Amino acid sequence: MIGSDLLGIENLERSDIERILHTAVHMREVGEREVKKVPTLRGRTIVNLFFESSTRTRASFEIAGKRLSADVVNFSPSTSSMRKAESILDTARTLDAMDPDAVIVRHEVSGVPKCIADVLDAPVINAGDGAHEHPTQALLDLFTVQQEKGRIDGLTVTIVGDILHSRVARSNIYGFLKMGAEVRVAAPPPMIPPAIEELGVKSYTSLREALDGADVVMALRIQSERLAGSYFPSVREYAATFGLDRSKLHYAKEDAIVMHPGPVNRGVELAHDLADHRPSVILDQVRNGVAIRMAVLYLYAGRKRERGQSRSAS
Amino acid sequence: MNRILLRGGRLLDPASGRDERSDVLLEDGVVKASGAGLAASGAQVIDAAGCWIAPGFVDLHCHLREPGQEYKEDIASGGRAAVAGGFTSVACMANTHPVNDDPAMTDYILDRARQDSPARVLPIAAATRGLEGKVMTEMVTLVAAGAVAFSDDGKTIMDSGVMRRVLQYSRLVDVPVIVHCEDRTLVADGVVNEGPVSTRLGLPGNPAVAEEVHIARDLLLAEATGARLHVAHVSTAGGVAMIRRARERGICVTAEVTPHHLMLTDAAALGFDTNTKVAPPLRSDADRKACREGLVDGTLDAIATDHAPHAVHEKDLEFTQAPPGMIGFETALALVLDLVRQGELTPLELVRRLSTNPARILHRPGGSLAPGAPADVVVVDPERRWTYDPAKGYSKSRNSPWAGQTLTGRARLTFVAGRLVYDVERGVVAP
Amino acid sequence: MAQETPPPSGRPLTRGSDPAPAGRTLLDDTAITRALTRIAHEILERNEDASRLYLVAIPNGGVPLARRLAANLSQIADVQVPVGVLDTTLYRDDLMLTGERPLLRATEMPSAVDERVVVLVDDVVKTGRTIRAAMDALMDFGRPRMVQVVGLIDRGHRELPIKLDYVGKNVPTSPRENVCLRGRDGGLEGPLEVALLPADPRGDA
Repeated sequence: MIGSDLLGIENLERSDIERILHTAVHMREVGEREVKKVPTLRGRTIVNLFFESSTRTRASFEIAGKRLSADVVNFSPSTSSMRKAESILDTARTLDAMDPDAVIVRHEVSGVPKCIADVLDAPVINAGDGAHEHPTQALLDLFTVQQEKGRIDGLTVTIVGDILHSRVARSNIYGFLKMGAEVRVAAPPPMIPPAIEELGVKSYTSLREALDGADVVMALRIQSERLAGSYFPSVREYAATFGLDRSKLHYAKEDAIVMHPGPVNRGVELAHDLADHRPSVILDQVRNGVAIRMAVLYLYAGRKRERGQSRSAS
Repeated sequence: MNRILLRGGRLLDPASGRDERSDVLLEDGVVKASGAGLAASGAQVIDAAGCWIAPGFVDLHCHLREPGQEYKEDIASGGRAAVAGGFTSVACMANTHPVNDDPAMTDYILDRARQDSPARVLPIAAATRGLEGKVMTEMVTLVAAGAVAFSDDGKTIMDSGVMRRVLQYSRLVDVPVIVHCEDRTLVADGVVNEGPVSTRLGLPGNPAVAEEVHIARDLLLAEATGARLHVAHVSTAGGVAMIRRARERGICVTAEVTPHHLMLTDAAALGFDTNTKVAPPLRSDADRKACREGLVDGTLDAIATDHAPHAVHEKDLEFTQAPPGMIGFETALALVLDLVRQGELTPLELVRRLSTNPARILHRPGGSLAPGAPADVVVVDPERRWTYDPAKGYSKSRNSPWAGQTLTGRARLTFVAGRLVYDVERGVVAP
Repeated sequence: MAQETPPPSGRPLTRGSDPAPAGRTLLDDTAITRALTRIAHEILERNEDASRLYLVAIPNGGVPLARRLAANLSQIADVQVPVGVLDTTLYRDDLMLTGERPLLRATEMPSAVDERVVVLVDDVVKTGRTIRAAMDALMDFGRPRMVQVVGLIDRGHRELPIKLDYVGKNVPTSPRENVCLRGRDGGLEGPLEVALLPADPRGDA
């Protein structure tokens, strides 16, 4: 039984994930029709409440909502006026009074979607909160792997990059573990989160060992502006030790696929030629993103919270 | 009514080591006598059967927010909340607006307390001007004005050279220098204990080593300078161990721990409740257990609340933006009674850490029921069950993780200078 | 029956892991075969130009029926009629009412719809809402020249003005009873039957 909100993968059951992936298959078929629209959420209002700016994720949710015939409203409170004038909860309560059918929240601080879900009647979908979770990204990554490999059970997935600050890493760790894969993380030591192995993954500071026998290699974006000089000395050294290129990929399985949540820092996390060609499936990820978000909106939007039902069941 | 006889309670007087059924007579603001079967002779008789009679609790560490932030607490409301929790004296930190780094400010605080606070208020003055960590304050003048200790709590003195000179100079006045041990460069933007919880929550972590590094530094500086060091709100196992070893080496150090660090771990933050955000943060279970052991074996001398009120709209922000702190006067007793219930401390030893030791550290009268001692007394009902609703409490603020919970143990009556100031059936009794 | 709630989580996604509940057989496999033979003849009778025909099945029950009809048409008139599958779930008018959203089913439309005579095939028709949803879905695929409807069982209780062009059998029922097409072991493989099940005490399926 899927809960009222999608706040993260950590509290989803495997059966919930399977249901979402199953639904996404059919939503992808809608995206292949000539008329890419179904009336399912006609007359429903979906609000994109993006405190942190994002072009791709917001556009993806917008397309997904529109393909389901929903009315999509974008609300991007300018963060400076937010801090001074209106608290997050006041903004959320104001929105709730307009009776939306789903509110999609992105914020640079962990926990905000949950706080909003605690006061809202409408279902809340987390589009990324701080370094905590980004469930729809993980779901589209799981979907992409399932489509490419036919299964997820028994695969070895290696995630490379700034694990410490990455919500994509965390959500994918939960997701791939729940679906039966073995998950590894690789990063320079300051970017390995403390006690990460308690989540069920193995951590590596050697990229070569982490890639050995991997079926899926997921590269994460490095925020060089923020981190170069303090968490690692330079982009140049990062690219040399943890950046992926075809020769390093030889350590992985021959049919390994390469993934990246985007946008790619070419020449840093991925070599130029790796970003655009097989074995990279980055464009499939983007395509699948719309199908996954359609599936999530179909399953969560417009469902009335039952009286007494715990708000944040997921 | 200046004669009050408390009859038939369990007397707990750590100063004399007595734990026995007894009567206590209060007269003219002092403890007149104690013992079994005292004659009433005109005194108001209060039945204390089933309750403890103890010296009023002394809080080494609280924030009363006046002057400057009276919207979240002031000396009057803080004083009322204190006596409702059984505290007869509270030492308030200097991080007000403006900072208490000046005798006029110390005077102001004492004056406000005299007028409006049922609890005694002991001002702690800043160790450096403006809490900026650069220039030491006029310690001699401040002590003369009534300051009982010095502290930059709320901030930390990062410059070790400044810290050393502050400790050296403090020997002129022989009062404790209370240190909030957190290396800011290690804390960085950490908001929860660094560990599995910060990893799960995706929030920046505040590592234990940030506290341990400064405890090590300040212990070494205390040893080198001979000053009286008091470590505020110890939260780490490493910190407790170092203080223990320092004591064995004869370094003059005392230390305190808060009820929340004795009861909660960082797991309390897993729901992103900003009422669990506190500085230093709630730590791992191993740290919590080490703090409890340290309190039991005497390494940590005292329990201090670090009562830190914040308004609802301030705590209603994202976790990284909400100010750290929780209120604590009214829940402290019920929480630390857990140590008695778990058999870790006897009631007498608990009272020693709530009253006698803090009074001794501040060189204040109090913490004793010997004849002639000030009649600052608390009658405790250790079995009383009650539900804590901060909205109905005396503090102006509500930031407590125990809101709505049922607690066991409560102050039944509180006396300051022989006058009843709090009765659980009636509330704070007005001056 | 097309509109139904999904199995509770923990059970496999495919229907058909329940032991078959008791019920009365309305049509056995032989009767179904006979009805589909007759309907194939009727389709050919009404539609002179069989080359325009396009059988579109409404899952799950319509699928085996449409395939059998296509086989019949091929045998009788030597015409290869394409068979599509059109899931109507996303066009339902009751999605906001149910607690949990129903599982989606496959849609595969191998042929274009424009200018075709689309023959929708459903196993059991009751309120008519599924057929209405199927027509809306169909319109998003193109502009058929004509739409006709095959219902193996017409059990009445229309809530919309939907009529069937070809009916296997008219069966009067109480609205709370259930009528379903099923094969052995609850799936839709092999010999089929139409069963009448008593009213579900848990409420409307």
